[in-house]
Amino acid sequence: MAVDSGLVGRTFPPTDPYTVSHEKVLEFARATGAECDGQTAPPTFPIVVAFAAMTALMEDPDVGIALHRVVHGDQRFTYVRPVRVGDRLSAALTVDSLRQIGGADIIGTRSEITDQRGDLVCTAYATLVHRGEDQP
Amino acid sequence: MRDLETGDALPTQTYRVRRADLVRYAGASGDFNPIHWSDRVAASVGLPGVIAHGMFTMALAARALDTWAGAPGRVRELSCKFTKPVVVPDDDEGVEVVVAGTVKNLTEDGVHIALEVSSGGEKVLGMPKAVLARG
Repeated sequence: MAVDSGLVGRTFPPTDPYTVSHEKVLEFARATGAECDGQTAPPTFPIVVAFAAMTALMEDPDVGIALHRVVHGDQRFTYVRPVRVGDRLSAALTVDSLRQIGGADIIGTRSEITDQRGDLVCTAYATLVHRGEDQP
Repeated sequence: MRDLETGDALPTQTYRVRRADLVRYAGASGDFNPIHWSDRVAASVGLPGVIAHGMFTMALAARALDTWAGAPGRVRELSCKFTKPVVVPDDDEGVEVVVAGTVKNLTEDGVHIALEVSSGGEKVLGMPKAVLARG
């Protein structure tokens, strides 16, 4: 089933606030080998919050995405400031674009990640490739 | 960060990736897709073996950027396409991921860097690039 073209422009409700802990930042830094000052999260850390927003999109029964058919096509982050310990972050995902190429849905998403004051911290853009059922 | 100029080649960073690193990254990131730790599941979807999370490889590119910047928190933009999977064998050697970078230009936004991320001599990320805040 192709993804409904009415999805374009839709913004999903913000994810539940995620509190960035010292331990989680250190764990992420150690897992990626990054130098860490104990306060500043590594650049790709916001994917943890964006991933929750993308999962909510993919699991929405009205959207028509089969999770096991999704591949991460590309990723882009733009930062207003780095994520820091103590931030309470929430991601609001908007579907920016939807194209069909060779039976696959190419879904362009934008997740705006804001802090507890509502200020934008980072925007995470992800392209999700949803392969059709007739494709391997 | 030392003064960078257009055309500067940044010191190439080489990182070894073993299966245990993928398990650790799965836990840290919350991405438990079994293609990143189970040979059985990876083979069932037609992969040559367990592959690294694309976001793990991107995190290695970010690690190189932090090293070049000389401090965390300097990355203003980071992007790539996930073009070729990095297969990580279940042995003691693992694989190497090599991150190279060149300064493309300097603008008010910062230092624009073109990256090249490869493993086994092949590029694994498409058009990886970044902007670092000017020091």
